[in-house]
Amino acid sequence: MAVMAEPVAVPERRGSLWSRAFESRNFLGAMFMVPAIAILVLFLAYPLALGLWLGMTDTKIGGVGRFIGFGNFVSLAKDSVFWLSVFNTIFYTVAASIVKFAIGLYLALLLNERLPFKSMIRAIVLLPFVVPTVLSAIAFWWIYDSQFSIISWVLIKAGLITRYIDFLGDPWNARWSVVAANIWRGVPFVAITLLAGLQTISPSLYEAANLDGATNLQRFRHITLPMLSPIIAVVMTFSVLMTFTDFQLIYTITRGGPINATHLMATLSFQRAITGGNLGEGAAISNAMIPFLVAAILLSFFGLQRSRWQQGGRD
Amino acid sequence: MSTADDQSVGMDYLESFPRKFLRVYLPLGLIVVFLLFPFYWMTVATFKPDAEMYDYEKYNPFWIVHPTFEHITKLFFDTDYPLWMWNTVIVSVSSTFISLFASVCAAYAIERLRYTGSRYVGLAIFLGYLVPPSILFIPLAAIVFQLGLFDGNLALILTYPTFLIPFCTWLLMGYFRTIPYELEECALIDGATRLQILVKITLPLSLPGVISAGIFAFTLSWNEFIYALTFISSSENKTIPVGAITELVNGDVYHWGALMAAALTGSVPVVILYSFFVEYYVSAMTGAVKE
Repeated sequence: MAVMAEPVAVPERRGSLWSRAFESRNFLGAMFMVPAIAILVLFLAYPLALGLWLGMTDTKIGGVGRFIGFGNFVSLAKDSVFWLSVFNTIFYTVAASIVKFAIGLYLALLLNERLPFKSMIRAIVLLPFVVPTVLSAIAFWWIYDSQFSIISWVLIKAGLITRYIDFLGDPWNARWSVVAANIWRGVPFVAITLLAGLQTISPSLYEAANLDGATNLQRFRHITLPMLSPIIAVVMTFSVLMTFTDFQLIYTITRGGPINATHLMATLSFQRAITGGNLGEGAAISNAMIPFLVAAILLSFFGLQRSRWQQGGRD
Repeated sequence: MSTADDQSVGMDYLESFPRKFLRVYLPLGLIVVFLLFPFYWMTVATFKPDAEMYDYEKYNPFWIVHPTFEHITKLFFDTDYPLWMWNTVIVSVSSTFISLFASVCAAYAIERLRYTGSRYVGLAIFLGYLVPPSILFIPLAAIVFQLGLFDGNLALILTYPTFLIPFCTWLLMGYFRTIPYELEECALIDGATRLQILVKITLPLSLPGVISAGIFAFTLSWNEFIYALTFISSSENKTIPVGAITELVNGDVYHWGALMAAALTGSVPVVILYSFFVEYYVSAMTGAVKE
C-alpha cells in the first residue's frame, strides 16, 4: 500500500516547500491515489478483514458478538445443508463452466468466419451479458413455470412428453435449470473475449499451414488452440470465479429451493446472515469460499504470466 | 478495436453456399435463437393480456392476439417502479462518476508518476478486482449500518465503487501506457504541472478508454443486485432489480405481467446505451481480460 504522505504544514516558506513537494513523484503520487485508496480501504480492505473476524464470532444482527474461534466452522461441519450447498456450488460451477467453454469457443469460431452483418451479430450475441441478470432471470423463472412453461408446452405439442415438467420443484430438474440459465448468461462473455483472442492470431500462420496441406482440424489443433490457450486460461478463471460466487440467478429463480437443492454457498450465507440474522455464521460460510477463490486467482496469475511470455512481452 | 472483418483465411471463398450454410449459418442461427429467446419471451409476456397469458389452448403462446399496455401502466402507476428507476439512475450515474474520477487519478499516478511502490499498488488493485461482492456483503452491511447509511442511495453510491474502481483503474492503466512519454516530457519542459498534463494531454488522448470504462461501469452498477438487496429495505429506496423481485410478488401471487414489464423496461435503458457504444463496451470487457 502507498504510504500516505501528510500534507506538510509549515506556514512560513510555504511556497517553496509546496512547490518542492509538488515536484516530488511520491508526494504527488500519494495525492493522486487518495480518492481511490480511501474508498478501497474503507469499503473493500476493511470489510474483507472484518468478514474474516465476523466469521469467528457469534454476531447477530443488532447485537455485539463474542469471539468463538472456529466455533462456526465446527457447527457448519456438522450441518448437512452447508455441505449440500458446497456440493451444489461445485456442481453448478463445474457443469456450467464446461458447457460455457464448449459453446463459447464454438460460437467464437463461428463469429470469426466471414459473415455478413458481423458486428451486428456480435452486438446481439453479447446481449444476455449486458442485460441485468436479475431481470433476465425473471424471464427464466417464467419459462420454468410449472403450469405455463413454454418448454413443456412445446414438448407436449411435439408429443415427446405427456405431462408438464416440474422444472423447479424437483431437486435435479432445478439444478439443471439454473445451470442452463447460467450457461445462457455466461456464453456471450466467453465467446466475445475468445473472439478478441482469435482476432489477434496472425492469418499468416493459417496460410503457412494451408500451404503445408493441413486440414481444418489440424489447423485448429495446432494453431488456434495453442495460440488461444493463454486467453482461455484467463477467461475461464474469470468465468469460474463469477459462477462460483453467483448469487443473483439462484436467488431470483429458486431462492435455494426446493428443499435447499439449489442453495449455493453465497445464497446460503445470505439466508443465514441477512434473512436469519446470524451475521457470524453467514460470514463463516462466505469465508469458506475464499480458499477456492484463492486457488482460482493463483491460476489466473500463472495464466497471465504465461500469456506475457508467449506473446514475447516483458517479464 | 475490431480488426478488419476479414479474418478468414485462404480458399474460403471456394466453399459452396449449402456447405457454408450447414457449417456456419445454421449453428450460429440456433445459438442466436437460444440467446435471444428469453428476451422475446419477456417482450411477449409484457404486452399480453392476462386472458391470453394463462390460456395456451385457445391462444398460441408464441403470439399476442390483443396487445395491451395494461401491465406497463399497472407497473408505472400502481407500484413504486418510477422511484426504483430514478434510484437506479442516480446510483449508477453517481457511482460511475466517482469511480471514473478516482480511477483516472490512480491509474495516472501508478502508470505515469511511478512513485515508489506503484507496481505493488497496481497489483493490489488488480487483486481487489477479483474480490467478489458475495463475500463482502455481510461485513459491508455491518459497516453501512454503523455509518448510518443503511436504507439510502448513499449506501450504494459509496459501495459500488469497490468493484468499479479496481476494474476502471486496471483498464485505464492499459490505455495510459499506450500514450507516448515524449508528449508529457514536452509539456513538462514547457512548464505544465502534472495536473495540467493529466487534464490537457493524457485524458483527451485516452478518451476512448475513459468512455469504455464509464460505459462498462455504468452497466455494472445498473445490474448490481446483492448490495442493493442487502442495504436497502424500504420500497421507495430500492433499485429496479431489487424492487422487481421483492415488491411485485405478493406471497404466492406472482404478477407475471408486471414482473415481465419491469424486466423489459428495466433492461431497455442499458440496452440502448450499449447499442450506442458497443465497440467501447466490448473493448472494456475484453481489455480487462487481455491485460
